[in-house]
Amino acid sequence: MEAQGTVFKYGNNVDTDVIIPARYLNTSDPAELAKHCMEDIDSEFIHKVKDGDIIVADKNFGCGSSREHAPLAIKKAGVSVVIASTFARIFYRNALNIGLPIFECPEAAVGIAAGDEVKVDFDTGVITNVTKNETYQAEPFPEFMQALIKAGGLINYIREQKAQ
Amino acid sequence: MGMTMTQKILAHHAGLPEVKAGQLIMSKLDLVLGNDITAPVAITEFNKIGIDEVFDKNKVALVPDHFTPNKDIKAAEQCKLIREFAHAKEITNYFEIGEMGIEHALIPEKGLVVPGDVVIGADSHTCTYGALGAFSTGVGSTDMAAGMATGESWFKVPSALKFELTGKPGPWISGKDVILHIIGMIGVDGALYRSMEFVGEGLANLSIDDRFTMANMAIEAGGKNGIFPVDEVVLDYVKEHSCRDYTVYKADPDAEYDAVYQIDLSTIRPTVAFPHLPDNTRTIDEVGDVKLDQVVIGSCTNGRIEDIRVAAKILNGKKVAKGIRCIIFPATQKIYLQALREGLIEQLVEAGAAFSTPTCGPCLGGHMGILAKGERALATTNRNFVGRMGHPESEVYLASPAVAAASAITGRISNPEEIAD
Repeated sequence: MEAQGTVFKYGNNVDTDVIIPARYLNTSDPAELAKHCMEDIDSEFIHKVKDGDIIVADKNFGCGSSREHAPLAIKKAGVSVVIASTFARIFYRNALNIGLPIFECPEAAVGIAAGDEVKVDFDTGVITNVTKNETYQAEPFPEFMQALIKAGGLINYIREQKAQ
Repeated sequence: MGMTMTQKILAHHAGLPEVKAGQLIMSKLDLVLGNDITAPVAITEFNKIGIDEVFDKNKVALVPDHFTPNKDIKAAEQCKLIREFAHAKEITNYFEIGEMGIEHALIPEKGLVVPGDVVIGADSHTCTYGALGAFSTGVGSTDMAAGMATGESWFKVPSALKFELTGKPGPWISGKDVILHIIGMIGVDGALYRSMEFVGEGLANLSIDDRFTMANMAIEAGGKNGIFPVDEVVLDYVKEHSCRDYTVYKADPDAEYDAVYQIDLSTIRPTVAFPHLPDNTRTIDEVGDVKLDQVVIGSCTNGRIEDIRVAAKILNGKKVAKGIRCIIFPATQKIYLQALREGLIEQLVEAGAAFSTPTCGPCLGGHMGILAKGERALATTNRNFVGRMGHPESEVYLASPAVAAASAITGRISNPEEIAD
């Protein structure tokens, strides 16, 4: 599997309050949430993002609250993959659990700029910057997490386990 | 090689003789928690699994505390969904308005967590219960759903940072100043993926409420959990609140730590985190002139009885400055009643503060104290991100209840040492 899209670039410590402000958490409908995704940090994001586009950020992406609404909003907005130097741990779990692909890759976070066209191979973790003709290698996932991803998230994984 | 306190708890719950940092394990759970924001998503996911019952109806807790008492129709619908689920699944620990409180103050108070437990909660501040020597950590709604269904959760075993505390803090210094100092020192990702273990003789000078505040904000340094050894202070609290059996785990003497920090509590100053990150800290001596519009005292971080007592001690016989909205939220009904019986509410209301029913309300910009564009609040809460308490162009400063109460009197960020009699 792979994804290709245009990059939206952000800095360090993008918190869940800017990914989806709490004032919109009186619903858990992903389509409603997506309308306000990144609103407090980048009011243009939701108007510009196209299906398949990619978010790239520096350290500690998704820090703050445990709200799963954050990766849900990003996924529903059409983002195909998030690449960061590091992720906050609850966001990391949530993204895997709901089937939003993420990759930790400090080199990509440095090398990729806003507007670059980027391709990601989910199986190998190879990230290709088409605009700059560079490649970066993301950390591969441990086997258990790959199984989660392959199942399409934790709930499907448990259902499969139950069926066996 | 030895194990940290957290690693020992996880090894036991995974049925393994030992675990190592980085190892992926499946752990048994003693409690699975959710609130009115996260549980609705978890319930939807739970229903997709295709089982009828939760793994143990006594080991799931549902606390509608964020947008309650219901702030609008959508919030009311979310709470209704949880109420109906709790009823259908016969969840023992569902807490309705009138008996509920802010989850992380309520759960220990109800005796639902004891030393040695493993707890997950779909709320990032679930790490609070580390004060009782339990492993507790925040997760998302899907993890909560899986936990409710299976009674298990996957974890990557964390490595740890050790904080050796010595000395005695000054009279107006609380756990809030200590944890803000630590977050300022190591940064908002300084403990990313790791445990924060607090040890040392200085612990004897930190009350259980101080420790709840410190464990609560481990997540603000990116930590997986914050944890304290089980001493007399913890056991007194646990025996008063719970009749459950508990297990005391101790870190091995040869446990390995990624880093060890020495902190002399006697040198800690009242500490304030400036916008827009909890690690943007300054001591009260470096604050300068910061004029305020609102002061908030409460939350899962600082809404306990000691916090209300400190606020009342400073505000009693004084007046909140003209033009300042001072809003005080006790974290639970029990704390509310205790404040009432001790005469604290009368003192605070006489001083011109608003005293509210328990709710997370303004901490996350939900309701009951939202900021307009350009407004500034000093709050005893835990996050000061952009837009956290309202308008994206408002500002939140984080500090202790003592600094908050002193600041309510002057209308600018103030040192309790100078205001208090």
